[in-house]
Amino acid sequence: MNTIVVAQLQRQFQDYMVSLYQQGYLDNQFTELRKLQDEGSPDFVAEVVSLFFDDCAKLINDMSISLERPDHVDFKQVDSGVHQLKGSSSSVGARRVKNVCIAFKECCDVQNREGCLRCLQQVDYEYKMLKTKLQDLFNLEQQILQAGGTIPQVDIN
Amino acid sequence: MNSSGDSCSSLLEVAFDDDHHHHGHADRELHVLAVDDNLIDRKLVERLLKISSCKVTTAENALRALEYLGLGDQNQHIDALTNNDLKVNLIITDYCMPGMTGFELLKKVKQESSNLKEVPVVIMSSENIPTRINKCLASGAQMFMQKPLKLSDVEKLKCHLMNCRS
Repeated sequence: MNTIVVAQLQRQFQDYMVSLYQQGYLDNQFTELRKLQDEGSPDFVAEVVSLFFDDCAKLINDMSISLERPDHVDFKQVDSGVHQLKGSSSSVGARRVKNVCIAFKECCDVQNREGCLRCLQQVDYEYKMLKTKLQDLFNLEQQILQAGGTIPQVDIN
Repeated sequence: MNSSGDSCSSLLEVAFDDDHHHHGHADRELHVLAVDDNLIDRKLVERLLKISSCKVTTAENALRALEYLGLGDQNQHIDALTNNDLKVNLIITDYCMPGMTGFELLKKVKQESSNLKEVPVVIMSSENIPTRINKCLASGAQMFMQKPLKLSDVEKLKCHLMNCRS
């Protein structure tokens, strides 16, 4: 094992993780999620976030259909979708996604189609951005493991 | 682990033995029925409970939960369930679910004539609405838990249940 390489990768991982929190992509709930991962369930976080991103794609698609026709918007369906998305994003610590959902719900409550469309676009952007960021994070994890190192515990505070 | 977990961990050691002690402690393992329409939340609660040494069955809605408990169909209603026949020791359910809500599920369980009504029901919700919380507690909910759930929440829950059992 090349200890220098491992140390460099670990440092990279730590810095990247901290930056994700500082930039508001993730919140404390993601830390909580990481606590649930162990040798018996080493891929728990990756599995849950993967489910989350699949869920995002589906919900966003369904909501876009509901919002498509200006004269015929199913706000009830949109509200239900936002509720789901807000819940999931909150549960995995996807802070930016969750925050867009809060604004999205408000637009939905007053039946503001234009506002909803903007939020929809934003939530689509945010989940995809987070997906890319987390993929980079998981790749770093893999590199550390492959280099024979261990994933460091990252103290966000 | 938080510092208040100390007294809980000794209680947990006694009650929730691992496989090394074959004193019939398998039946002392908490079997929890977790009900939530959100897949991610189901995964999370399942993992939280399993990591806390519970056996977990999940249901994606209240109707499926009732079916599992043997209350699905009036014709299939099983009376006279003794404690030994109780499938679960705890029900944890989301409040907001399409169709039957967690609150309605709670009431159905508590209105049971069988021992099923003794099963503690915990309500989870992403929204912190005092009237909602009070309504659930007044209808017999053991506890109300704010989402998103964390490990410390399950630890608090287990402590709460241990205290109630003794």
